[in-house]
Amino acid sequence: MNAAEIILYVFECVAALAAISLIFVRNVFYGALLMVICLLAIAGLYVLMFAEFIAVTQILVYAGGILVVIIFGIMLTSRISGKPLVVEHTRIFEGIICGVVFFGLLAYAFTTHQFDSGIFADGLTGQNIQSIGVLIMTDYALPFEITGILLLIALIGSAVVASVSKSKQG
Amino acid sequence: MASTFHMLILGALLFCAGIIVVIVKRNAIMVLLGIELMLNASNVNLVAFNQLYPERPSGQMFALFVIVVAVCEAAVGLAIVLRVYQYYKTSVPDEITELKD
Repeated sequence: MNAAEIILYVFECVAALAAISLIFVRNVFYGALLMVICLLAIAGLYVLMFAEFIAVTQILVYAGGILVVIIFGIMLTSRISGKPLVVEHTRIFEGIICGVVFFGLLAYAFTTHQFDSGIFADGLTGQNIQSIGVLIMTDYALPFEITGILLLIALIGSAVVASVSKSKQG
Repeated sequence: MASTFHMLILGALLFCAGIIVVIVKRNAIMVLLGIELMLNASNVNLVAFNQLYPERPSGQMFALFVIVVAVCEAAVGLAIVLRVYQYYKTSVPDEITELKD
């Protein structure tokens, strides 16, 4: 077992523990911070799997963008009522049953199938970011533009929905 | 082989943790966090399966598109949560049972 495998296992354990403790935490703000830890560990895993561009995008967009927006949402929804941010749990039995059974099914499917090569394949080193850029501009040009339009529509729509309309209330 | 198997097990565990969070928590923002966890699980699986065919990074392209869709989902979802909270003074999804005024 070399150093890269040890780092891989450490990142895996951190991501798994953060995801599992997200189930048990009752404070929404602590939940968001656990989510940051989980996302950063997954970004480290992407670096070890030779997906550097995905790793940087994960850190920039998830840990820097989505989590900041979610923490804004937590603070804005707690300010209005003044109540504490403690979350109640409901349907615990059904949730645990559903999650454990689905995880068992997936683990059974993964153990019964054989996958070919290891994670440290040597074909993806070096030219990875360059080939992603070429693919965005050639083969994946139409999905790229469509996701751009989708992002524009979603951001305009969320700004319209979140803005206070005075004419409705007055 | 072992590392691909570990990645798939990690993705399955993240997805099931997301499912449990979505079902169990009584807060709309925690439900959104669970959905983000499930999208991350799909990303982990895409990047892990891309390692089996390393001559073409198609899995990483799909992971990028999944990240963009996750951004859209988080923005629209939080805007709706904010408006619902201003109107109903609650963020428990079970207590919001009607759409119109």
